[in-house]
Amino acid sequence: MPISHLSHWGLLVTGDPLLYGADASIILASVGIVFVLTYFKKWKWLWREWLTTVDHKRIGIMYLIAAVLMLFRAGTDALMMRTQLALPNQHFLGPEHYDQIFTTHGTIMIFFMAMPFIFALMNIAVPLQIGARDVAFPYLNAISFWLFFFGAMLLNLSFVIGGSPDAGWTSYAPLAGLHFDPGPGENFYLLSLQITGIGSIATGINFLATIFKMRAPGMTLMKMPLFTWSIVATNILIIFAFPALAVALALLLIDRIAGAHFFTIHAGGLPMMYINMFWIWGHPEVYIVLLPAFGVFSEVVATFSRKTIFGYKAMVSSMLVISVVSYFVWAHHFFTMGGGVSVNSFFAVASMLIGIPTGVKVFNWMFTMYRGRIRMKMPMLWTIAFIPCFVLGGASGMMLAVAPVDYQFHNSYFLVAHFHEMLIGGVVFGMFAALYYWWPKVFGFILDEKWGRWAFWFWNIGFYVCFEPQYALGLMGMQRRMYTYPSGMGWTALNFISTIGAFLMGIGFLVMAGGIVYSIFKGERDLTGDPWDGRTLEWSLPSPAPHYNFAVIPTITDRDQWWTLKEQGKQDTLRPRPEDIQPIHMPKNSAKPFLIGVAFFAAGFGFVFNWYVLAAAGLFCIVILLLVRSFEYHSDYHIPVDEVVHTETALGRL
Amino acid sequence: MLNTPESRSGMGHHHAERFPWKGIIGYVLSIILTGFSMWIGLTHAAQFGTALFVILGLAVLQIFVQMFLFMHVTESDEGPPWQVLGLLAGLLFVATIVGMSMWIMTFNGQAS
Repeated sequence: MPISHLSHWGLLVTGDPLLYGADASIILASVGIVFVLTYFKKWKWLWREWLTTVDHKRIGIMYLIAAVLMLFRAGTDALMMRTQLALPNQHFLGPEHYDQIFTTHGTIMIFFMAMPFIFALMNIAVPLQIGARDVAFPYLNAISFWLFFFGAMLLNLSFVIGGSPDAGWTSYAPLAGLHFDPGPGENFYLLSLQITGIGSIATGINFLATIFKMRAPGMTLMKMPLFTWSIVATNILIIFAFPALAVALALLLIDRIAGAHFFTIHAGGLPMMYINMFWIWGHPEVYIVLLPAFGVFSEVVATFSRKTIFGYKAMVSSMLVISVVSYFVWAHHFFTMGGGVSVNSFFAVASMLIGIPTGVKVFNWMFTMYRGRIRMKMPMLWTIAFIPCFVLGGASGMMLAVAPVDYQFHNSYFLVAHFHEMLIGGVVFGMFAALYYWWPKVFGFILDEKWGRWAFWFWNIGFYVCFEPQYALGLMGMQRRMYTYPSGMGWTALNFISTIGAFLMGIGFLVMAGGIVYSIFKGERDLTGDPWDGRTLEWSLPSPAPHYNFAVIPTITDRDQWWTLKEQGKQDTLRPRPEDIQPIHMPKNSAKPFLIGVAFFAAGFGFVFNWYVLAAAGLFCIVILLLVRSFEYHSDYHIPVDEVVHTETALGRL
Repeated sequence: MLNTPESRSGMGHHHAERFPWKGIIGYVLSIILTGFSMWIGLTHAAQFGTALFVILGLAVLQIFVQMFLFMHVTESDEGPPWQVLGLLAGLLFVATIVGMSMWIMTFNGQAS
């Protein structure tokens, strides 16, 4: 095993000072949290208001907090890698430790940063945008969150207990098989992703049902806000792509713990089949995290240019085309397998085709800005920064799509630079735009502009300084995932520059966090509920919205409903009239989603260490909890009219 | 669904509290189908080609059990028939995934 000799097979990982530092900080943070909660007598509050909540807005906030913490965690991994690679022949990290760090960096960034970030946005914005009071299945929504949360905990635990996975975020067989990678590390990867994946599939179904069945009267599909449309496209992808991952992970797990031979070299196994199945999920996954960012940009560009989005129908159809065509490109991740001319040609052409709808979107955003009255607020800055970055990354993507040329680029730093440009310049910038955009709606205050701008410039300059040299490094032959390199390759200067850029982004993150802390105390309060002069329904509500969202469900006549009403001076039509208020049907809070999460965690932990008694106990608890739930007949209640009237009056809306 | 009229006026579908025969039958059938394919796989009861087709057939039956006995595919509501659209999309994606995986994994006849 790794770094490290595992003290008793399996428990605490020992042998590296960095790990002892991590152990100490985990213990300190846990003690600190327990102390603060006890000292301020907040345990009950935490349990009642948060851990048992089924309110989409609170679940969104919890996803958001988790995503930002995981961005910090995996960002630290990135900085450790860049420190190791700053100069040749360094010994900051050993080879095994480096393997573990790039594995957890990628895994966490995709599954436990990008995914919860998009789920946070879905939860925060979609029900408010379509005039619904919650999602279609609020209880399932809470289960999804806790499966994600405990999946993330399981993976993070591997760091100190048992050892981290070390076969890359893709965990290709046969390297990730038992023969080449014994020990619990890879099991942690397989189980944590399996658990969080179940939650993701449920979220996909949940939001698709919400959007199709719970729109306010009058909101036809073609009157939906573009962010909601992007979530439709995303969820179609989630529903059809995640099962492929679940099967690939399950088969590899059966190989590892039950001695099967699906993906082994001998006994008729087919290792390439794992890679094939992984990317059947893996390529749609790129669009699963990217499409919501497209939706965010569409909202932000229209709002801050004070113009209707250019080419609404083209935007919708291009998103749907992306969601279908992205199923026909997966083999471009393994052109070098040698699938033959016809296979590689087909997937090369399909990969290039996907550039067309994406290009349509970029042009539409620019045409929306053209002759608009643009306000350079934080969400708009991030959107504008996204465009050149994404176009550069897209161009390098076109180069990678040319199958014969890919044989040169494959697994080099050229590729590393390309996908970071798409995933940071596309996804992360989009998430940041959304963070600044919807923050006032969620928390009731605006994030400070000055701190935001400092963070913005650190991030942006840092990004180009970090990743542009990596294109050159790739062309000079530097391979992905190498833990060190000899001097005299001509790589030293570029690597050093790249490391500087990484640390600039690290500073950007800290400034961003500092800005959030500053704004909690000094940020401008959002008293109108409409700080950006918005266009869609969520801006007609107070910030933060009451827990039932809409006292009276609005009737929709227009695509930019709120903007149109403001133009006509008829904002009052969206205010509730006392005679229209009826008792509101709402779901009750429940402890069971949290407990199901705990049970899944226990089962997962049991499987990781082949402790089948614990695994069986966990699975048994899951079944019991599901049974108890199915005999529960009073899972909902009605908010009386008086209470709604009282709340709305206190908000100054009656 | 919180916004639908019947759920706003209380619980919609609770008037019919009969014994869940559909669920029980589906449960037993799905266990039999799964158990039988597992038995074929573990005991090598049939030759490879035969076993493959038998298991495929059982899998298709399993799909029907799931759709009709658990997933309410025949029930409908006002509005577009979303389940039909969903099934069509599913068919497209499954055909793509299975067909193209076979195509990719034959290595274009260059390896076997």
